[in-house]
Amino acid sequence: MSTMRFPSLLALFLSFGLTCAGCVQKAPTAGGAGDSGAATTTPAEGMAAGTSTTPANVTGTIAIDGSSTVYPISQAVAEEFETKFPEVKLTVAMSGTGGGFKKFIAEEIDVTGASRPITEKEAAECKAKGIEYVEFQVAIDGLTVVVNPSNNWAECMTVAELKKIWEPDSKITKWSEVREGWPEEPIQLFGADTASGTFDYFTEVINGKSKSSRSDYTANSNDNILVQGVVDSKGALGYFGYAYFAENAGKLKAVKISDGKDAVCVEPTPETIESGAYTPLSRPLFVYTTKAKLKRPEIAEFVKFLLSAEGDKLVSEVKYIKVPESVKKTMTDRLAEALK
Amino acid sequence: MSETPTPRRPLSPLPEKPPIPTTSPTTFVGGGLVEESFDLALARRHRNGRIFEWVCWLATWGSVLILGVLIAAMAWQAFGWLTPKFLVSMPKRNPAEAGILPGIVGTFWLILLTAILSVPLGVGAAIYLEEYAKPTLLTRFIQLNIANLAGVPSIVYGILGFTAFVRMFGLARSEYLISFGIGTFQLTLPFGRTVISGALTLALLSLPVVIIASQEALRSVPPSLRHASLALGATKWQTIRYQIIPSALPGMMTGVILAMSRAIGETAPLVAIGAATYITFTPGRIGSLSEVVTRPDKLAQVPFDSFTTIPMQIYGWINEAKPDFQHVAAAAILVLLAILLISNGLAIYIRQHFQKKIRW
Repeated sequence: MSTMRFPSLLALFLSFGLTCAGCVQKAPTAGGAGDSGAATTTPAEGMAAGTSTTPANVTGTIAIDGSSTVYPISQAVAEEFETKFPEVKLTVAMSGTGGGFKKFIAEEIDVTGASRPITEKEAAECKAKGIEYVEFQVAIDGLTVVVNPSNNWAECMTVAELKKIWEPDSKITKWSEVREGWPEEPIQLFGADTASGTFDYFTEVINGKSKSSRSDYTANSNDNILVQGVVDSKGALGYFGYAYFAENAGKLKAVKISDGKDAVCVEPTPETIESGAYTPLSRPLFVYTTKAKLKRPEIAEFVKFLLSAEGDKLVSEVKYIKVPESVKKTMTDRLAEALK
Repeated sequence: MSETPTPRRPLSPLPEKPPIPTTSPTTFVGGGLVEESFDLALARRHRNGRIFEWVCWLATWGSVLILGVLIAAMAWQAFGWLTPKFLVSMPKRNPAEAGILPGIVGTFWLILLTAILSVPLGVGAAIYLEEYAKPTLLTRFIQLNIANLAGVPSIVYGILGFTAFVRMFGLARSEYLISFGIGTFQLTLPFGRTVISGALTLALLSLPVVIIASQEALRSVPPSLRHASLALGATKWQTIRYQIIPSALPGMMTGVILAMSRAIGETAPLVAIGAATYITFTPGRIGSLSEVVTRPDKLAQVPFDSFTTIPMQIYGWINEAKPDFQHVAAAAILVLLAILLISNGLAIYIRQHFQKKIRW
């Protein structure tokens, strides 16, 4: 008898399908603008009516993807956004900056995070498909060069020294070969894997060319593996995003960076990264959406929330650095312009 | 061993020789050679037997030990984190509040749909190949391909699923609102990164395994049963329906459940199709068990909603910067292991249950 249970369940399922006599094709997503118009006239349930939209009336789905560096920001903002706008469904995935742009151009996602600006090629593809993208800088990350805490010699390093270590045909195997006077300790290298935006950025500013790096180092897309590697070996040198250093600050030592011969040594801190003093390893983080998608109230509200003071608080909470006031002004103006 | 007076002599053509009392087995004296070397060879054969036993013992207990160490390490890390609240909470950026609810619910719907899609197809194909198909070159070619497909890495299925189901080869996007009396659900074409895309991809992945396991089960039905049934005047359909399928059912179910257990743990194809690692809702947003019955529109929405699974959540947490998320990931791994153990236990129970009914 138990074999009969399955077909009857299937029949039940099918009969549900057949009851939908009135299958309606929904208007294309641009019609979402109409929803926001309706929202102003509908009384909100127990919520104070806002100027244009009320949280209870904002519905829809926001699909977020892109850089794994921006992921913690997107995730934190999505979490808080959901408590304010409970009817909006949010998903956050991490396909990497490049993977995110591919899906963004195919219009499979609404918002993509990027740890580098859009490339010319990607911009051209957007143009070819008639996608008007809008870029928002949401935070700054300071790529942090770290060593083991028992390393008492590498307090400050110059960009040239880092280049000497990381350039494609570097033969450096001991710390003594980096700078005279440093011990003859073997050097173990830990860095981002070649598919990440972090790798692109670090190689560009240190080696002068994006994606050109020595390859005999421990590469991993999971930064926690790199943290563990540096914690476990005395001669280790690694680099990753500031958040991973800040969360493990007790177990790691950040190297001060000096850009140029006579420049001062700057330690990566939220202040030096925000002010731009920590150079050249500070990098902007972006999210991208499109003009057409900003017409949907849920996307507009999401970006507004991301750029708000609350958004900044969340950025700091996940150990990234908020953008300076001048940049913030540009971003809010850009949003206002796009929403017109 | 040399004290035993009774000569062990399996080789009967050997001539009778009186047993030679020896002090050491290494002394070979005259005619005692045959007797002596036999004892030596026997000792060696026994020794080989013992070595083999030890190797097998080591293979078994070695893997048990590895599993034990793994579970103990996870349990140690997850201690204090695997709470009832963890099972029913949504994921959060604060590790202490993070929960695995969307992963559990997502995994449930995904595997249910995968089973609905792959079991009829897989069992049907197996029955056709075993019972109906003539052994032509074409069926042998199909057979070979199924065996090969069972060994294809899962990420390949993920890429295939991404093109075929998520993008539908670049089909232009269209949305449909389908209304029931009580509510509506939304269907999007191409499917996008939804439960149905994931289920179709995992169904492709498990099909070869289901087919092969079902074929094995059908093959193990004794031919005498078929012959007896046919001889008594049953048609081929009656033979298959009333004799062969009931006899092969335990084996088929075991294969199906093992294939589904494998699908539960899959991450790579879901990463490839772009399943979410963080999500603020469960598929269909079904709030309670009763809503499964009272809100068919929500149930119908399930396949067309975004989702995450337990392995995807683990993948997300392992990458998190906050060290405490490693504990959260460990707790999630324990949940995943528990679900796998339960489903495998279920497989064994079902097999035993149905095997009791089989008598031949």
